[in-house]
Amino acid sequence: MTEPLLVIRDLETHFDTRQGTVKAVNGVSLEVSRGEVLGLVGESGSGKSITGFSILGLLDPPGRIASGSIRFKGEELVGASQERMRRLRGKDIAMIFQDPMMTLNPVLRIDTQIIEAIQVHDKVSHKAAHARAAEALRRVGIPSPEERLKAYPHQFSGGMRQRVAIAIALLHSPALVIADEPTTALDVTIQAQIIHEMQKLCAESGTALIWITHDLAVIDSMGDRVAVMYAGRIVETGAVRDVIAAPAHPYTRGLIDSVPSRNHRGQRLAQIPGMAPSPLNLPQGCAFNPRCTFADAACQVVPDETDLDNERNGRRVRCFHPIRLAQETVS
Amino acid sequence: MLVFIIRRLLQSMLVLLAVSIVVFVGLYAVGDPVDILLPDDANQSERQAAIRSLGLDKPLITQYGIFLGKAVQGDLGTSFVFNIPSIELILSRMPATLELALCAMVIAVLIGIPLGLWAGLKPGSAADEVITTGSILGFSLPGFWQGLMLIMIFSVWLGWLPSNGRGTTGTIFGIETSFATWDGLRHLLLPAINLALFKLAMMIRLTRAGVRETMPLDFVKFARAKGVSEPRIVLVHVLKNILVPIVTVIGMELGSLIAFSTVTETIFAWPGMGKLIIDSINKLDRPVVVAYLLVVTMMFILINLVVDLLYATLDPRVRLKGVSE
Ligand SMILES: Nc1ncnc2c1ncn2[C@@H]1O[C@H](COP(=O)(O)OP(=O)(O)O)[C@@H](O)[C@H]1O
Ligand code: SF4
Ligand SMILES: [Mg+2]
Repeated sequence: MTEPLLVIRDLETHFDTRQGTVKAVNGVSLEVSRGEVLGLVGESGSGKSITGFSILGLLDPPGRIASGSIRFKGEELVGASQERMRRLRGKDIAMIFQDPMMTLNPVLRIDTQIIEAIQVHDKVSHKAAHARAAEALRRVGIPSPEERLKAYPHQFSGGMRQRVAIAIALLHSPALVIADEPTTALDVTIQAQIIHEMQKLCAESGTALIWITHDLAVIDSMGDRVAVMYAGRIVETGAVRDVIAAPAHPYTRGLIDSVPSRNHRGQRLAQIPGMAPSPLNLPQGCAFNPRCTFADAACQVVPDETDLDNERNGRRVRCFHPIRLAQETVS
Repeated sequence: MLVFIIRRLLQSMLVLLAVSIVVFVGLYAVGDPVDILLPDDANQSERQAAIRSLGLDKPLITQYGIFLGKAVQGDLGTSFVFNIPSIELILSRMPATLELALCAMVIAVLIGIPLGLWAGLKPGSAADEVITTGSILGFSLPGFWQGLMLIMIFSVWLGWLPSNGRGTTGTIFGIETSFATWDGLRHLLLPAINLALFKLAMMIRLTRAGVRETMPLDFVKFARAKGVSEPRIVLVHVLKNILVPIVTVIGMELGSLIAFSTVTETIFAWPGMGKLIIDSINKLDRPVVVAYLLVVTMMFILINLVVDLLYATLDPRVRLKGVSE
């Protein structure tokens, strides 16, 4: 039995700040299989991006991996050398960021930025790299790529810029792409197009995808599995269909109830009461307890991740009182 | 592009006109050059003759009219003191000042940018502390004091470098310059370092701040995510971004180096324009002062123009007014 493409175990990523240690990622365990699309969902500040940066070794100081393990194709990445990580980045694991206005260097031409990404991993001539760059733009649906290669980022629309970033991420057909809210800054139609194409391209090349978003509706339309993150911890994991049909964690339930499309017309959207906790001052025990309607004395300790009974598909939840289907029909 | 340049040059004519009026009126108000030019025992009729021959008996507006009439023909008046055309006098001193300013700027850029990069990439490190503290000293110690210290250490104590005058000059491409001889270079070094120190501090500050501002940006992270090596990220991605403010400041500072090297030129007896202007002000040699300020203004205008043109090549988002339409 081969190990999944990516296995994260008990990852802790900390920021030592003047106010204290921020545990941005606080014991995360995840797996991603080859070709799988995993949605990583949670409110802003829950630690999604930092999880992504930890995998790629892209943490800016004072961020550091305090403990845990990240195994990619069986290789341990925590503690790997800078040079090893650099060779991995863009080649085996690629990343796309949220703001397409900011991810391309404003003073370098598009061809420069694509060609450097090719040549850093493959010893090919400038001419061959140029041809590959044009082909890469064509793949992501950018018209007249030869001309567009000579343009600067500001001459592209937001959607087109994100396509360029996607083209760059897919240059070397990586085994894994981490997409950090890549459509959040775009308008809805373009968002849908890009999600569709990204899914298609990854399926073609067998690329696994970690799609980070705060919007569960997006995962509903594309993911295989979902991991819900709250205050630096994964609180629920499972197949997208199962989790959305029957959320077990009160927080997941709150997220689903606040998605507009899932509510009947005229019905008020249910908002999760309260605010996301400050990462410097997490509540004792389950970090969700001040906002949770099911909280009781047991929730003063941190719940472990447990398999939800009678569930297959690796359905796990971190809660003392998971919501069960039966319970829902009663209430 | 051409339209842009022509438009800018026309604008500069207006600026020159305004400067000439301000300077002319200002100097008129400062004092009477005749008192300084004539010997103390000159009698009244000698005074009158001198005043008339310098054209100082006419009303201010007429004097300015005459000046302007000649100026458009390229004649900016004749020095009261040397009795040669003031523009000729200034141009004869210009190479000395230009080579001093250029040399200072090259020192500031070649040392300041790498140090600024180093400090900015390792904020809080020992190297950063040393470099930043050094730049504060460069900023805050007065230039004349730095000059005197340089003379004391390198000329008086160590006896390594001369501290006085321009030394032997040679000609390169028909221009008389200190770069041509070893002796000339030795003479150039101390005044150039003196002029460079402040600019060096400024380059360090500017580069360090630029690096600190640029490194956390997403495009740097994205470049890393592509696997681009750290040296290339710094030298291509980051440096190209911070070059825009750096080039602006180099331009402005080069102008001010050329225009205001007076203190250094005085300390090191450097026979440039700065020393000339100080002497001319002391003697109230109006035509030279006016001509000097007009030449300096023109120089600022030209440097600004070059900076704007460089801008457009460094930052593709900048569109020159009058070009894009
Ligand atoms: N440079 C930093 N210094 C201190 N704390 C940080 C830093 N960067 C991120 N964090 C903390 O990490 C937490 C998770 O951030 P992030 O992963 O960006 O959240 P998101 O889920 O919105 O992507 C934030 O709440 C923040 O407090
Ligand atoms: S552990 Fe307790 S507080 Fe936390 S989500 Fe479950 S019921 Fe709510
Ligand atoms: Mg984020």
